[in-house]
Amino acid sequence: MPVFNQSRSRIIRIIFLATFLVLTAQIFHLQVISREYKKQADINAIFAKRIYPSRGIIFDRKNKAILNNILMYDLMVTPSEVKGIDTNYFCQLMEIDTAEFNKRIKIAIIKNKAFRPSAFEELLTPQKYARMEENMWRFSNGFFLQPRPVRSYPYNSAEHILGYINEVDTSIINKSNGFYLPGDYSGRTGLEQYYEKVLMGHRGTELWIKDNFNRLVGHYQSGAFDTVAVAGRNLRTYIDVEVQQLAEKLLTTKVGAIVAIEPKTGGIIAMASGPGYNPNDLTGPFKQKNYTKMVLDVSTPLYNRAIKGQYPGGSTYKPLGALIGLDEGVITPESGYPCRGAYYECTRPIKCLEKWPGHAANLRLAIAHSCNAFFSSTIRKTIDNPKYHNPRIGLTKWKEYCTAFGYGHRLGVDIPNENGGNIPDTTAYDKEYRGQWNSCTMTGGGLGIGQDKMLVTPLQMANAICIVANKGYYYLPHFVKSIDDENVEDTALINKFRKKHAVLTHISDDAYEVVISGMEDVTEVGTAAYIPKIPGINICAKTGTAQNKRVIDKKVVELKDHSLFVCFAPREDPKIAVSVIIENGGFGSTWAGPMAYLLIEKYLTDSLRADRLKEVDRIAATNLMPSYLTREQFKADSIRAFEWFRMTNDSSYIDKYTYEKIDDSLLPKRQTPLPAEKKKNTIAAVAIIDDKNFRKKSSFATSS
Amino acid sequence: MNERNPTISKGIDWTLAWIYLLLVGIGITAIFAVTYKEGNPVLQSFLGFKTDYSKQFYFFLASGVIGVFILLTDSKFFTATANLWYAFGIFLLLLVFPFHSSVKGTESIIRFGGFQFQPAEFCKICVCLALAKYLSRPDTDFTKVRSQLIAAGIVLFPAALTLMQSETGLALVYFSFFIVMYREGLPSTILVIGFSLAGLVVATLLVEKNLLALILTGIAFLFIYFMGRQTRRRRFILFNVILLWLICVGVQRFGVPFAFKHVLKLYQVERIYSTVGKEVPKEYVEAHQRELEVQTGKKKDPDYNVKQSKIAIGSGGFAGKGLLRSTQTRYGFVPEQRTDFIFDTIGEGFGFIGSIVMLGIYLILLFRIVTMAERQRSVFSRCYAYGVAAVFFFHLTINIGMTIGLAPVIGIPLPFISYGGTSLLTFTILLFILIRLDADRQMVLR
Repeated sequence: MPVFNQSRSRIIRIIFLATFLVLTAQIFHLQVISREYKKQADINAIFAKRIYPSRGIIFDRKNKAILNNILMYDLMVTPSEVKGIDTNYFCQLMEIDTAEFNKRIKIAIIKNKAFRPSAFEELLTPQKYARMEENMWRFSNGFFLQPRPVRSYPYNSAEHILGYINEVDTSIINKSNGFYLPGDYSGRTGLEQYYEKVLMGHRGTELWIKDNFNRLVGHYQSGAFDTVAVAGRNLRTYIDVEVQQLAEKLLTTKVGAIVAIEPKTGGIIAMASGPGYNPNDLTGPFKQKNYTKMVLDVSTPLYNRAIKGQYPGGSTYKPLGALIGLDEGVITPESGYPCRGAYYECTRPIKCLEKWPGHAANLRLAIAHSCNAFFSSTIRKTIDNPKYHNPRIGLTKWKEYCTAFGYGHRLGVDIPNENGGNIPDTTAYDKEYRGQWNSCTMTGGGLGIGQDKMLVTPLQMANAICIVANKGYYYLPHFVKSIDDENVEDTALINKFRKKHAVLTHISDDAYEVVISGMEDVTEVGTAAYIPKIPGINICAKTGTAQNKRVIDKKVVELKDHSLFVCFAPREDPKIAVSVIIENGGFGSTWAGPMAYLLIEKYLTDSLRADRLKEVDRIAATNLMPSYLTREQFKADSIRAFEWFRMTNDSSYIDKYTYEKIDDSLLPKRQTPLPAEKKKNTIAAVAIIDDKNFRKKSSFATSS
Repeated sequence: MNERNPTISKGIDWTLAWIYLLLVGIGITAIFAVTYKEGNPVLQSFLGFKTDYSKQFYFFLASGVIGVFILLTDSKFFTATANLWYAFGIFLLLLVFPFHSSVKGTESIIRFGGFQFQPAEFCKICVCLALAKYLSRPDTDFTKVRSQLIAAGIVLFPAALTLMQSETGLALVYFSFFIVMYREGLPSTILVIGFSLAGLVVATLLVEKNLLALILTGIAFLFIYFMGRQTRRRRFILFNVILLWLICVGVQRFGVPFAFKHVLKLYQVERIYSTVGKEVPKEYVEAHQRELEVQTGKKKDPDYNVKQSKIAIGSGGFAGKGLLRSTQTRYGFVPEQRTDFIFDTIGEGFGFIGSIVMLGIYLILLFRIVTMAERQRSVFSRCYAYGVAAVFFFHLTINIGMTIGLAPVIGIPLPFISYGGTSLLTFTILLFILIRLDADRQMVLR
């Protein structure tokens, strides 16, 4: 039989072939040419889980852990598995209501989908954890507790030194060149920040396969591409945590700072700043709340005054002034000054605390009695040194000495954000006096007694005393003695602290001896003589009382003097140098001196005598918070409440600051420098509120 | 093999049989790769009839038994009973309307005890037989329009019934039988017109309405201009051109929108548009307002399946990830993984090489069938063989096409590979009847 249309069989084959070629081309495009789908598939199916190592621990000089890691627990929920649990009981245990429960479940679903666990509540308080742990079997459908390492401070101490860690923000991520990823934590201040690289260790990564519901189903390629997490390394420091705790206790309800350094090594034994805070407040569940509270506090508990506070050095500068004068040859140990209660040689008389003749008969006596006239004359002689014939050169030379003593620049301690203080030079005076100045200009301002333009930090004061105690050399003040398993990078990091700076060894030992003797006389017969002695320990000290002013409500107000004290002990073999400053505390020997004595006794004898413990309690119980803080807080809060009202129209905060309903407890207490009329000031605060918008919206506009 | 029937293996086309076994083997492996969970004892779950690959394995055994029975049958049986089968198939299709049970939105499945049965799938065999029977009748003159219409009727009647069961994909399969008719002398103009119409519809989707009308008008004018002289001599050419232009513009302006608004369901419109990679125009969505209101819950991305499928295949790369190392297909990213999107498993697991080998095997299968068709002495056998080739071809193209984003997602399985008892059984019967017929090709003319 003839086969009709046989040629069509070929056409059909061609159609088949052509179609298959089209399919092949598309498959080739998808699989070989395009790279996009591979990426998409990885995004779909691979989840990079970061494994965080535990951060390094920080130990004090007696190997006590002052910064440690503890486990806290997150309560996790997998919304899709929550079935048949007693929600009421659950809410009761968690101290929430059912609406809040539903809200959190919803948020969890939005965040991570219903099939993947997300945090129901992060970092349970110990009470909640205990309750949940006990009842977990009731809620095992969908809930579980996940441990999470958290920083903890067993001694509730050394907050300003140690710093805190927090989740990285965008600016840190951008600056780090991709090193940090969202969700990482990094040290923010203190040792946590300075030694971040050492403490954090190395992150590990685990690649997991996830399925279409975002559930993790297993390791990707059996973990072939995973990297291991390496734990952070520990720091050994010079801190003596008991001395540190004592320092903090002494600073309770005071504004000020204490620094104690071991002169022979530059190791910082204690560094406290008041007001402080409990470092454990910045870990755990209430971290953010506490942080906000601290930021809004005008007494700035987060501010480390020991390295950032810049104060007039006051009389604590005098031993340095004496050493400079001796080395420059403008005075001798036998030099005296006929002081009659003031220095009259420049335009403005500089008063002296002592009036009886002979209290500045020689250098030792002048230091012991802190004669202002003697040291004013000394700095004039230093600047007008006949060697140089020019006060400019004299002043420059003087500044060189001060710089060598570590004043006027950042020392480079191993915690960040240090301030440098200020030592004036010729340009500063040229600017202010248009080049028309002489040695009397600054002497009259009080440069010879550590005031005028001189500003120093408590750390610099302590360091300068170390130089005196060491007779000319020092090590950069620092905390970290060694790093566990120290590597080359670490050595580079801390090597500068191991270098001896012999800056002022050219000053003769005789000069040091006479100044140190003068400082010992301070505690024997001088300004600090009435502070009870520590048996068997010879302390060399210098008190200081610095005048200070502050602008309060647009008026310059003379406040109570700062109380300053520097010392080292024992004289024969200096083991500790201390500087103390109590803002508006009055005389140096009233508050700062006794505090320094207590620290020395605690450090050198490792304990305190019974009557000294009472003294500690007495000092701790004394409230020396400057009264202007109440006023400042009131102003800051009311202005913020107004800003809030302006933005949200919510008057709940501002109500208590309004003129009529004013809450008495919020008003500043009456005090000496307080401007006369209380009423006027309150109106000033409310006056800011008084603008057009406010009048339209506000119900109490009439009251202002 | 016994005395009475010494020829059970005689004349059997072994190439085809081996390809069949190979494909079923690949299929079970692919289903295994999709559903196997780490740690399960392989052999135990293979025999347990619990997992999908185990079920598919038993389906294969059952299909094999039926295949052997077909081989034992006299080939005359199929010619003799072809029309009966057709009637039976139609009867089953009709039976669906009162007795169907709704599974996953289709209304084409009959439940019988623990088994599900899909007549629309099975009916392909009947149509294939009936068409072959009709075309091979001595008194059929396929050059006549009347015969062509009857043949088309044989094919399109079950297609219409299937469409009424909302099985668009399976209904479309019946159109593949036009390949058989083409081979048997259907004028190629009809196919050309058919393809042109399809081209026009696709163009309607892609090109803006008015622009397309302008283009069509432009083509018509150009045609008239170049044919100028002839047009003047013979008026009816001009008439025809204008008529054609009217039809084209009519389809494009009114036909397609009408179909999209009133004939097709919204999800079908969405699928078609997602295939060409475009958003569904607002007017079509609005026309399906009522359907939208019925749809509850959140709206799914109509493109999701295809996107995930392309990602799975594309991520396979040149050499593939390895069967059990695939991430996309093993962890449920592609919906309908075992059935309609089984090709993804091969694409991801074995990459470009695997895909090409797979396509190659299918191409060999098709070419082999065509070769076999051409060596038949009987018209019935030839027509039947072409029918089988056409059905396979259509399934292959559309199924693989939809996994790689070239065809709309209409749920039709990949022959021998996709999971599913009915489909495996249907394809086995189709193929084994062909092998039986071919084995007897030396016998009398039918």
